[in-house]
Amino acid sequence: MKQTQLIPLLLLGLLLSAGCKTKNYGITRLPPPGTGGQSGTPMIADADKAPPAEAVKGTDDGTGFTPLNARGSHSGWKENNEFFDAYTVHFEYDSSILKSSELANIQAVAGQLKSNPSIAIKIRGHCDERGTEEYNRSLGERRALALREELIRLGIDPARLDTVSFGEDKPVAVSHNEIAWKQNRRGEFVELTPP
Amino acid sequence: MRTSLFPKLCLAALVAFNASAADQSEIVVRRDIDVLGSTKPIPVSISGFSGEVAQALQFDLYVQGFSFTSPESAQFLISGSNNGTVQGRLVDANSKATAFSKAYSGGSIRRQAHAFSDDIVQAVMHKKGIAQTRIAFKVDTGANSEIYIADFDGHNPQGVTKDNTIVAAPCWAPGRMMLYYTSYKLGNPDIFQHDLTSGQRRPIATYSGLNTSAAVSPDGRRIAMILSKSGSPDVYVCDADGGNLKRLTSTREDESSPCWSPDGQWICFATKLKERRALCKVSASGGEIQRIPTTGVLNPTEPEWSPDGKWIVFTSMMGGFEICTVPAQGGQVIELVPGEDPSWAPNSRTVVYARRQGGSRVLAVLDVMTKQTKDISRVAGSNSQPSWAK
Repeated sequence: MKQTQLIPLLLLGLLLSAGCKTKNYGITRLPPPGTGGQSGTPMIADADKAPPAEAVKGTDDGTGFTPLNARGSHSGWKENNEFFDAYTVHFEYDSSILKSSELANIQAVAGQLKSNPSIAIKIRGHCDERGTEEYNRSLGERRALALREELIRLGIDPARLDTVSFGEDKPVAVSHNEIAWKQNRRGEFVELTPP
Repeated sequence: MRTSLFPKLCLAALVAFNASAADQSEIVVRRDIDVLGSTKPIPVSISGFSGEVAQALQFDLYVQGFSFTSPESAQFLISGSNNGTVQGRLVDANSKATAFSKAYSGGSIRRQAHAFSDDIVQAVMHKKGIAQTRIAFKVDTGANSEIYIADFDGHNPQGVTKDNTIVAAPCWAPGRMMLYYTSYKLGNPDIFQHDLTSGQRRPIATYSGLNTSAAVSPDGRRIAMILSKSGSPDVYVCDADGGNLKRLTSTREDESSPCWSPDGQWICFATKLKERRALCKVSASGGEIQRIPTTGVLNPTEPEWSPDGKWIVFTSMMGGFEICTVPAQGGQVIELVPGEDPSWAPNSRTVVYARRQGGSRVLAVLDVMTKQTKDISRVAGSNSQPSWAK
């Protein structure tokens, strides 16, 4: 169980044991960490309806993903590209799955975040050129979000983790071969320090 | 199956009788059924024009399904002159009747040529021509990209943005001089609405994470878009000013490139279902996701629904990129030409798209019926992500 879930559940347990009535939603809906101001959308999809012949249910009801922080929560913070330069994570073609070879880098980033409690990070997702542009903009974001979820799983407060996708717009290598493409399919971590 | 000989003999007698009678009557030639991707172009001859007018006329007609030949082989004869202004005439080669004869004035000589080609298309195809329509697109100069608008053939380009950052994914508001696009001006991909008449723009979606792929509903009242603020890139819809945000998908996969059906009821988009990339649609008021089958190709993306509702044009990514069409309800795909990111003209038969050339992209227009395609004029840099004003 995630550490971040533990405290609200304990509170819920206290409420229940105190005899207060609570509605049973089936899954406890957690407040988004640390921020307000965004229109809340439930993470749970609507209750089952009989699907028409061609219909396909969404493959997931949305649980397992942590909503992003409100915009501007790190407004004015200073960006430092070099701090996490060595920990850039790479991806397979057309994939946002984290490879086992990359986990050491992510753990190192988590370690740095734990040692430096005042900093936050912006996770940049990038793609190679072998997708169409808007497809790549979404895929780059999926990569950044996958890294964010892993850092949350490793115990980092979601409020410290922002994402941005650049699709295929900012390659590090401009040749048109797998050597270049491999380098471009990446997630980068940018240190954010408070003003 | 065995059939008796007697009916056949009777039929033969009838045919023999009719054949001799038919010698004196008109022969009616049955028209070929127009099949998307393999329709024969309409052959015309053009004479009397020079320079820019001749070039514009040929370009306009080629990408609306005409071909050029001698007067003897043509179905229509186009003639005229351009000494100062354009004068033009269209004659039916079979009946010798003059469909129209006109003199054009005002505007540039190029504009007159476009007006003439529109009149030709109207007379022959009984449809509105596209020669006086416009496109918007992205120009990437390496460090940055900006939005431009131009005539449909790339002429008369005008810069729209000067954000000195990444600006992408333009989309016209139907029937209006207004664009929506994605700009990183505020340090994040955000969707802006830009009034081209006043030059004013306002932010529409500036949530955390990704705000991109704006698509305007046919009535101009709503915008579909991709937002990732929930923790995954999903399809959302909101009012044209950004209010009343509603989430339409909540899958584990990355949705992209929403587009509207012309009746405003459905939003089609690219996603992944059961490990396979697919086109899907969802009701614009919310509901179950439905798959649109694209039989014959893999990895469909960047769809756009034709204005007449019949077809969805999209890009298939199978190593390279291919412009494809599928009937709007799904089915067998027709592959057309190498290219990506297509957008329909108002005529539901011409499409503007990008194709890769060296390390760059150039724009081209394609007649999906005949597969005739031609590059358009380009702005220095990589030109991509075109949107045709409708």
